[in-house]
Amino acid sequence: MRMHPLLTMTLQRLGFGLLTLFAITLLIFFAIELLPGDLAQEVLGQSATPETVAAFRERLGLDQPPVQRYLAWLGGIAQGDLGTSLANGREIAGLLGARLGNTLFLAAYAAAIAVPLALVLGLLAALYRGSWFDRTVNVATLSSISFPEYFVAYILMLLLSVKWGLFPSIADIGPDAGLGTMLYRTFLPALTLVLVVTAHMMRMTRAAIINLLAQPYIEMARLKGASPMRVILRHALPNALAPIINVVALNLAYLVTGVVIVEVVFVYPGLGQLMVDSVTTRDIPLVQACCLVFAGIYILLNLCADLLAIATNPRLMSRR
Amino acid sequence: MSTHDLDRRGFLRGSSAAALGLGMAPMLGSGAMAQPAPQRGGSVRIGHSGGATSDTMDPATYAAGPLVLAMLGGVCNNLVEIDETGAVKPELAESIEPSEDTRTWTVRLRDVTFSNGKPLTAADVIASFNHHRGDGTTSGAKDLLTDVTEIRAEGERTVVFELASGNADFPFVAADYHLVIMPANGDGGLDWQSGIGTGGYTLEEHEPGVRIRLARREDYWKENRAWFDEVTLLTINDPTARQNALVTGEVDIINGVPTSTVHLLERRPGIDIVEVTGSAHYPFPMHCDAAPFDDVNVRLALKHAINREELVEKVLRGHGVVGNDQPIGPAYRFHDASLEQRSYDPDRARHHLREAGLDSLDVTLSTSSAAFSGAVDASVLFQQSAAEAGINLNVQTEPADGYWSNVWLKDPFCAGYWNGRPTEDWMFSMVYAQGANWNETHWQNDRFNTLLREARVELDESKRAAMYAEMQQLCRDDGGAIIPMFANFIDGKAERIQHGTLASNRFLDGWKAIERWWVAA
Repeated sequence: MRMHPLLTMTLQRLGFGLLTLFAITLLIFFAIELLPGDLAQEVLGQSATPETVAAFRERLGLDQPPVQRYLAWLGGIAQGDLGTSLANGREIAGLLGARLGNTLFLAAYAAAIAVPLALVLGLLAALYRGSWFDRTVNVATLSSISFPEYFVAYILMLLLSVKWGLFPSIADIGPDAGLGTMLYRTFLPALTLVLVVTAHMMRMTRAAIINLLAQPYIEMARLKGASPMRVILRHALPNALAPIINVVALNLAYLVTGVVIVEVVFVYPGLGQLMVDSVTTRDIPLVQACCLVFAGIYILLNLCADLLAIATNPRLMSRR
Repeated sequence: MSTHDLDRRGFLRGSSAAALGLGMAPMLGSGAMAQPAPQRGGSVRIGHSGGATSDTMDPATYAAGPLVLAMLGGVCNNLVEIDETGAVKPELAESIEPSEDTRTWTVRLRDVTFSNGKPLTAADVIASFNHHRGDGTTSGAKDLLTDVTEIRAEGERTVVFELASGNADFPFVAADYHLVIMPANGDGGLDWQSGIGTGGYTLEEHEPGVRIRLARREDYWKENRAWFDEVTLLTINDPTARQNALVTGEVDIINGVPTSTVHLLERRPGIDIVEVTGSAHYPFPMHCDAAPFDDVNVRLALKHAINREELVEKVLRGHGVVGNDQPIGPAYRFHDASLEQRSYDPDRARHHLREAGLDSLDVTLSTSSAAFSGAVDASVLFQQSAAEAGINLNVQTEPADGYWSNVWLKDPFCAGYWNGRPTEDWMFSMVYAQGANWNETHWQNDRFNTLLREARVELDESKRAAMYAEMQQLCRDDGGAIIPMFANFIDGKAERIQHGTLASNRFLDGWKAIERWWVAA
């Protein structure tokens, strides 16, 4: 009985998620239609002539009206068929598959370092707030988030790769690299991402806990003689989890969807690069597929965050 | 080690040799002889720009990038190739013979096999050419072959090309990177999907926009080519990442070193810069049929209002030479060095404005980083130097995305780019001839067009030289393109990679590095 409201909510949210996905496909399709030029012109580039462009359009069906093309694509999607890339005729499912794996691997790698790091630093900063430690952590994380990603990436590359030769400067992982090789070769991009996302999560952890430390029940715990560490872990943290989980989810979503610059700088074949290439060539089915994956990940992560926030905080459940 | 000095000077000399004529080439080859002889073995990794996830093996869609480097210089051969001196050399053709009027070309094919064991026949050559002809084709090479009226087989190993009008330079066309020879698929089409060719390497792996892996073919028909055992091409589009990959030893060869950092890379031990003066140039085309550019005096005023030396110094950082408002640079056979070099002269520019009946001039120049690297800077420098001459140049920066389809050829005055072409006729016919699809200046000059037709069929070299010299002068004084500079092709390589005399027609030894370069002992 207790799980019931959660289950209803999950189903509701999944339903809304599907609607959102549908709206996104509409938006993306017509946004790309608005971009100047089409696939034929982009692929042929400077060497395009009117006849070759026309022949290209006819072969790919680009001469059909946009609504008709959208409906055809939607029909395919409804049957689980992502279609083929217009630019190179390959199956989109295959193209996406390998790259989605790479993207998720890098995101998981970065998250495995960044999330514990941010939580621990945030807790310690709250515990020793106002101290030198607190200030140093704040300045360091805020600095790393304030620099553009490519700058952080270049600095890491310069120091760890070019100067000291500790890690490879490009994350080229052949088709059959082992886990160890993969972790070694993708260390620099993962570290860049860690530096970019840690500050946000760490600051939220610190703020949420400090916010709670002013509450009367914390004072009560202190008066009872609980140690500062115990006050924070036992009394403050469970109530601060909801905002922390939300920020973590946002950052995880960012790690999956927003890393195209890191991919380019470290030559890592992820989804971001695929999507940028497909937008550049106006390869609509491929853009759509990428967007669906990205949007789906956002929706699922948000749903998970909300569920976890509720599950870890019974007060939210009872209020409903 | 002074190999690097040898490289730069030796090759700059080598490329001017190409301009002087073929007879000089053997003499100048001695510079390259100083290096150890090529040897087989080793693997090489190449970091290259221009790869995308949308790349396909279809030669109709080829554009500069790792795939073309792999296919043109590795997996496939053409009927002929352009050698390091800029001359045409038979490749899959044993011989290529013109008729008297240069309208019929007979090609006898070499007895070679594709990597799957199938012998090369006339049908494969015909399919490879027809893929780029006809109404349904989507090929970037379609324009090249509009003059070809018929291609027919005479027996298994002879192909005859019939042209609508004579063309003494037709073999150069056959060396174009779209026209690699692949097997026919049996129903008249081309089997490009399987990536099979007659070249020194077989395609082992192709992940578009990421990696291409080639392995050497043991039974390659060329004796002294294809030295590496294995070649890996990585797409590295970010120039900084590409240089770092070379510095850290992740790759052995990179293309397109930016002029802004080449001096830093040069200082790095173990790394050589490979630089040649090529045919690549950065034009500012004006539409000769649109006011105010329809007045030749306005065009001349603008041509005198650009500071060429400053552009070479600041935009190319010295890695190039000044241009003379005509596309036939020093790397060409028939480059006319005696044509007076135009220079920055605000007074002359004012004079031409007065001739056009104007006190001052307001024009808009569309520019974008997509045109060439440093195009926006070059446009702003142009704006400054033109202001001295009373010309108000309004620089309009356009988005890089879609620049070639939305701005170039459409705006009456913009920044452009040409890699150059192997022959004078090709360059002129493609961009300066009346009615050419890419006549970016809408220029129509009767004398020029007549000369172009006559020079095309002329087999007497000295007569041709005179004709092309006159055309260069017409282009310079009447044409609609301001051509302030020719850019060098600059690549980088690790010291252990060696090469002979470099071709000057493109990056990476005319895109043939895979076949021509080797690993030092």
